[in-house]
Amino acid sequence: MTQMALSPPPVAAEDPRDRGGPAQPMLIVDGIRKYFPIRAGVLNRTVAEVKAVDDISFYVLKGETLGIVGESGCGKSTLARLLMHLVDRDEGHLILDGDLVGEETGVPLDGLRRALQMVFQDSYSSLNPRLPIEQSIAYGPKVQGASSKVAKAQARALMEKVGLKANLFAQRYPHELSGGQKQRVNIARALALDPRLLILDEAVSALDKSVEAQVLNLLEDLKKQLNLTYIFISHDLHVVRYISDRVLVMYLGQVVEIGPVDQIYEDPQHPYTQALLACRLSMDPEERVEAAPLAGDPPNPVNPPSGCRFHTRCPFMEDVCMAKAPGLGDVLRSSADDHLAACHMVHPGSGHSRAPLPVRA
Amino acid sequence: MTDALANSLAAAPVQSAPAARVRSYWGGVWQRLRYDYVTLFCIALIILIVLSAVFAPWLAPFDPYKSSMAHRLRPIGYRQFLLGTDEQGRDMLSRLLYGGRVSLLMGIVPVLLATLVGGMFGVVAGYYGRKVNMGIMRTMDIFFAFPSVLLAVAISGSLGGGITNQMLTLTVVLIPPICRVAETATSQVRNMDFVDAARATGASTTSILFTHVLINVMSPVLVYASTLVSISIILASGLSFLGLGVSPPTADWGLMLSTLRQSIYVQPLVSAIPGVAILVTSIAFNLVSDGLRQAMDVKA
Ligand SMILES: Nc1ncnc2c1ncn2[C@@H]1O[C@H](COP(=O)(O)OP(=O)(O)OP(=O)(O)O)[C@@H](O)[C@H]1O
Ligand code: SF4
Ligand SMILES: [Mg+2]
Repeated sequence: MTQMALSPPPVAAEDPRDRGGPAQPMLIVDGIRKYFPIRAGVLNRTVAEVKAVDDISFYVLKGETLGIVGESGCGKSTLARLLMHLVDRDEGHLILDGDLVGEETGVPLDGLRRALQMVFQDSYSSLNPRLPIEQSIAYGPKVQGASSKVAKAQARALMEKVGLKANLFAQRYPHELSGGQKQRVNIARALALDPRLLILDEAVSALDKSVEAQVLNLLEDLKKQLNLTYIFISHDLHVVRYISDRVLVMYLGQVVEIGPVDQIYEDPQHPYTQALLACRLSMDPEERVEAAPLAGDPPNPVNPPSGCRFHTRCPFMEDVCMAKAPGLGDVLRSSADDHLAACHMVHPGSGHSRAPLPVRA
Repeated sequence: MTDALANSLAAAPVQSAPAARVRSYWGGVWQRLRYDYVTLFCIALIILIVLSAVFAPWLAPFDPYKSSMAHRLRPIGYRQFLLGTDEQGRDMLSRLLYGGRVSLLMGIVPVLLATLVGGMFGVVAGYYGRKVNMGIMRTMDIFFAFPSVLLAVAISGSLGGGITNQMLTLTVVLIPPICRVAETATSQVRNMDFVDAARATGASTTSILFTHVLINVMSPVLVYASTLVSISIILASGLSFLGLGVSPPTADWGLMLSTLRQSIYVQPLVSAIPGVAILVTSIAFNLVSDGLRQAMDVKA
């Protein structure tokens, strides 16, 4: 059931860890959902819920880089934490290389731990300030049963791999490192369990441009060397375009558009994606786009707008948008070349005046 | 790749040093303490007080319990009585040295016990959050709601006197504040990404607590606990003063202060000596904990 007909993935290198074959997606996310309760009052009762991640489905092919973009607070980090099992999901399934994760029959959590690792957003709190970085990196292998000596050797090898001289850096504490060096340590730590899929949550966002370029190059090199798959989360659209094969656009806990990177950037279908890209271009007056850029703050995810969640800010909003939520289509059954958008304007016969006419059978 | 270049550039100045000489955390703490002369002086003073208490039997010129009706309430420096004598004619210096044993014990042991117990509850409450936190912290709040002196009096009143009961009383009084500090520090650490990174490796909660949480919670808790030593000494003296602690004729600073207070108009200086000892010791402990706090405060 999980096997799907897909176009050949970008890199389909042989990997002894492979179980499902090259066409089996590395990870399938099926209808995942997380509402955070907001508690208040003396009895600490749940008074409302933050719909941080609301019914998200997508897949990542082996060897590809899937970029995830969206405004601050749209649920990108929560999605990453759900995939990592750091936050318990309310609903939905994860299928890792053909095996259901976490359920009684599927891959045990420990297997997921090895296959999936994450580089965290905030490089300030992502490293234990009281541990020398060598120990921070060696911790994972030790937990998984390596002897202290083996784990240390592994940590040193990884430090070299991410471009840090082990002799100089092994005994240093995080506050003695620059932001770029810290992010290299974070990457080394994530690689220590020999993962297949790396989730990078704003991995380069806090770095200045030249260091950012170095770390991006490093990530590209590592991906080839270690046969990795990336989920790359960022709000920087330039970086996402540079590194991604496909892009997923999030708005208020939902996917609004997904497709190959060039199609998303050259022919965005969803007004939200268009606005995001317009914001990016508006730096240059020559290229300023006429479409209204994003106005105002995103609505509160506690009480998202009815119908299409973007309708409060959308220049093309019509009655149907308030009444009915536009679907994205069946993402899991689509091919990697498909370009899907959750907007009534792209769905034939949706009732929106700009929608294409229904195709006659 | 520009990477290698950037890395060798970044490394260049450090490389001239033979090996990576990097201080450990405690090495850094010591480097900062070294030039803090007030703290160093107070540490020396505390060591002196502790040593004098430990070696009291060898240092004391007289038997602290031997009274003499002929030499009651002698002034400071009277003949061989360097600090005078008390209302029963016992040598003040000897009693002060012996009394330090009880007072220091009362200052240090309850704080250590309370740090262990309160720290453990605080870390558990802070790490697990939610219901566990509610259960532990609300219980602590009940104890915390009473003024510490009142609580101490109430507990030791029901337990009865004696050294062990007094230490137990003080421990119970000190657990809630330490627990609160440990809980706050832990819940801060718990939300840091490195704890999630550790969870993502599949580590057990015990391993995470010992490797990642305790090490970060330790210094705020230790610094706070060191401020409690003086409070504990004063509370213990207070209990003895009220007759709820050790009983006469045991030499104890609080008790000495209590029995000498009737003689305050006869020999004011002699009567003040135990008070001065309590004051000096507690100020020394406070200054040391102040210095420790500054020295342990790494800018990460
Ligand atoms: N533990 C939590 N409890 C309650 N609400 C939460 C929790 N974690 C996240 N949220 C809420 O969920 C929403 C999504 O947060 P998330 O951190 O996933 O956003 P993000 O897209 O990563 O934003 P940013 O780009 O700023 O990192 C926010 O409204 C946030 O307030
Ligand atoms: S569905 Fe309507 S409101 Fe939503 S993005 Fe499309 S046009 Fe705008
Ligand atoms: Mg985030």
